[in-house]
Amino acid sequence: MSKHHIQLNVNGLPVEAEVESRLLLVHFIREVLNLTGTHIGCDTTSCGACTVHLNGKAVKSCTMFAVQADGGELRTVEGLAQNGKLSPIQEGFREEHGLQCGFCTPGMMMSALALLQENPDPTEEEIRWAISGNLCRCTGYVNIVKAVQYAARTMKSSVPEQQPEAVSA
Amino acid sequence: MSEIQGLGHSRKRVEDMRFLQGRGNYIDDIKLPGMLYLDIVRSPYAHARIKGIHTEKALAIPGVLAVITGETLKQFNVHNMPTLMSDVQMVLPIEAVKYQFQEVAGVLATDRYTAADGVAAVVVDYEPLPVVMDPRKALEPGAVRVRDDKESNHIWHWEWGDRQATDQAFAQQDVVVSQDIYIPRIHVSSIETCGCVAKWDPLEGHLTLWMTTQAPHAIRTVVALVTAHLGLSEEKIRVISPDIGGGFGGKVPVYPGYVIATAASIVTGKPVKWIEDRTENLAADSFARDYHITAELAGKKDGTLNALRFKTIADHGYTDAAANPSKFPAGLFHICTGSYDFKNAFVEVDGVYTNKPPGGIAYRCSFRVTEAVLAIERIADIMAHELGIDPADFRLKNFIRPEQFPYQSALGWEYDSGNYAAALRKAMDMIGYESLRREQAEKRARGELMGIGISSFTEIVGAGPSKTFDILGIKMFDSCEIRVHPTGKAIARFGTKSQGQGHETTYAQIIAEELGIPADHIKVEEGDTDTAPYGLGTYASRSTPTAGAAAAVASRKIREKGKKIAAHLLEASEDDLVWERDRFYVRGSPDQFKTIQDIAFAAYTNHPPGMEAGLEAVDYYDPPNLTYPFGSYICVVDIDRGTGEVKVRRFVAVDDCGVRINPMIVEGQIHGGLTMGFAPALMEEISYDENGNIHGANFQDYLLPTAVETPRWETGETVTPSPHHPIGAKGVGESATVGAPAAIVNAVVDALWHLGVRHIDIPITPPKVWHILKEKGAALEE
Repeated sequence: MSKHHIQLNVNGLPVEAEVESRLLLVHFIREVLNLTGTHIGCDTTSCGACTVHLNGKAVKSCTMFAVQADGGELRTVEGLAQNGKLSPIQEGFREEHGLQCGFCTPGMMMSALALLQENPDPTEEEIRWAISGNLCRCTGYVNIVKAVQYAARTMKSSVPEQQPEAVSA
Repeated sequence: MSEIQGLGHSRKRVEDMRFLQGRGNYIDDIKLPGMLYLDIVRSPYAHARIKGIHTEKALAIPGVLAVITGETLKQFNVHNMPTLMSDVQMVLPIEAVKYQFQEVAGVLATDRYTAADGVAAVVVDYEPLPVVMDPRKALEPGAVRVRDDKESNHIWHWEWGDRQATDQAFAQQDVVVSQDIYIPRIHVSSIETCGCVAKWDPLEGHLTLWMTTQAPHAIRTVVALVTAHLGLSEEKIRVISPDIGGGFGGKVPVYPGYVIATAASIVTGKPVKWIEDRTENLAADSFARDYHITAELAGKKDGTLNALRFKTIADHGYTDAAANPSKFPAGLFHICTGSYDFKNAFVEVDGVYTNKPPGGIAYRCSFRVTEAVLAIERIADIMAHELGIDPADFRLKNFIRPEQFPYQSALGWEYDSGNYAAALRKAMDMIGYESLRREQAEKRARGELMGIGISSFTEIVGAGPSKTFDILGIKMFDSCEIRVHPTGKAIARFGTKSQGQGHETTYAQIIAEELGIPADHIKVEEGDTDTAPYGLGTYASRSTPTAGAAAAVASRKIREKGKKIAAHLLEASEDDLVWERDRFYVRGSPDQFKTIQDIAFAAYTNHPPGMEAGLEAVDYYDPPNLTYPFGSYICVVDIDRGTGEVKVRRFVAVDDCGVRINPMIVEGQIHGGLTMGFAPALMEEISYDENGNIHGANFQDYLLPTAVETPRWETGETVTPSPHHPIGAKGVGESATVGAPAAIVNAVVDALWHLGVRHIDIPITPPKVWHILKEKGAALEE
């Protein structure tokens, strides 16, 4: 099996590795990088438990090879909290009881975060469609939707107010 | 000081901090030095003789270390294992396979990719044999015999109630209704599949088994019993359930993969990991339902129910491996008289072998309660419609009345408490029942299809009292052990195992309520058989009724000792002490008190002469009765005449689970349960073709609801405490899964009744409805 040298940035830190051509990105993340917060729940790109961000977009890491991430910026659930402080999306899931067994949660948060980065003020319908590639068996989604709405509110209020443009006299 | 956060607090969950940061420790996250990987060769046929297993090509692959077959395991006499229902299940076959995707051989390799290469390289010679997939055909003379070691495909006959009296009652009543109801095979599909890491230490003769199990203690004993001849001994077996990514009953059984991995570790002396993929999980793990029910009711023209008679054929697959309590081959199906006051009832079930995987009860339900509820709520609705009585009025007329509790059912259960009419009336108020009926009439006049469905369910959970409930002889108690530390903080350990229910949060709240120690200072542990007290585990909504009760009783034992210590410290008589919240004070002098923290410190530093030091207690709680949660659900559907699609417009769920420990968590459980009731009603089914090929062995064919299909649940509550549970709680994890399907089906049939539709079997898919609409001339076509 041929091997490839890959270089990427993972949660802000540079990473280099020799990987087999066929190594899936999710196995690279879990077994080579030992970042086990990203999970595997199916083999058909259906459940979304493996969702991570590659170059700012949500991708299902079970359906990509590690080599396809070469040169990219990868963000996993381990990269969400900063200095021990939960990020708004994590806080939303905690406050609104958006998780139970926790297995789908990392992928669910990564999909929701990708939505909020593109659309800071989504409707409930938009949230439901945005997470429809992520299966949850425990929560019935009601509180996940609330968690995403909570995060949307928090993220909006944490954006610094735009300064009014200077008016020349 | 931190807030106590006892009963009734929507305390944020303790376990969330690790799950939210990717720091959960699920089975596939466990990585040990030198660990090997097991992957499994599975049968493409539903029934075939094995003529040969050729392993040479697989063994030639660098990194493949061994191929384990039935013959390998036979040397250790572990090629078969006993099931919980006294049947036999193959771990690996010697002669024949009996269902598609059955385990045929295990490949052991240095990593998971190489193990999969090895699986692909094993060549098995099969001689395909005829199959029988329909249990009704399996009972016909001359049917293909599934089991060579049995006389026929009939496993057992079970019956309950008074047949003669019921038959007589049927003969004497004005109205008899009958309906065949098929409840198809479904699968729990927790998002985490099953797996284990087995680590045999040859020097110590010690086995550690990390395993996705809902019942670690029972597993340890089973392993000890079936391996005693190999020299394994129970004190040298440690089972650890790590974080579990959803269970719902699917992680109760022992699957062959666990046994093969354990055998592989013993043979190689290295840790061995086995993790299922999704297809293996769907195609070979425990299923639920597969009940062919003929339901009959008899009563009077005014709608008064009198008698119930259910006859059922139960498809168990190739062996009876249902994880039931031992004395209940059909589980608790005899709760099927439901919420109604029947004078006479009789139920019979016949278990049958077919060429399907074994299992039978795993889908978020207390042993066949969903089958019972769906059948009674469907047939009751049919009777109401046939008599032209509003289904709500019909239910209100026949409910067991509040003053009848404790109520002795015609099938022998003693319902602990209930107020069924209150729950239904609340649901009707919440949804605006009367105005919905008016809207329906107007729409029907315009040719639009709208339906309103009710389900007023009664559950039976918390197995169970030791006089009738055991698994392989082990009584179904559960346990809690509490140790209060000198500084007044505590650790509590339990025989159960959370799979998302939030035990680390809620158990602490029970103890906080009882002892006044802030919940934040009570650490909860479960899942390690070396440290936790023995218990039967978490399933069938039993954690709160059993281990939750044990937490309260163990706390009270601590309080009793605490009282003696407080009396010593206050130089007062025990009789003069009063407990309040977190302290004992002297009656009449509330400023003379000792808090639980004072008492805990004294227990280690200044305990009374003659008293043992320390402050701890353990309780093995044997429930005096089961608990009977109930509720009323109302569903409104609109049916698209152009596509057959059923849209759940509103769904109101009023649940009564007794006293609520953590309302936030209870509501979350109900949301999830409703979604797992919605799923089989409209989407999920495991079916097979006539050759035994499975339909639905991946998430593209087996459809779990996403956020888009799932309705926006509306919830309400009534509170009728359980009179026999120490804190009045009943359990809630499964109520909604049990109660929801009937409300949805009843709504769909209600929308179509005027067209002559009496019943539709679940799942009610758009094609099914479309064909019915076409047949009835109600479809909108181009």
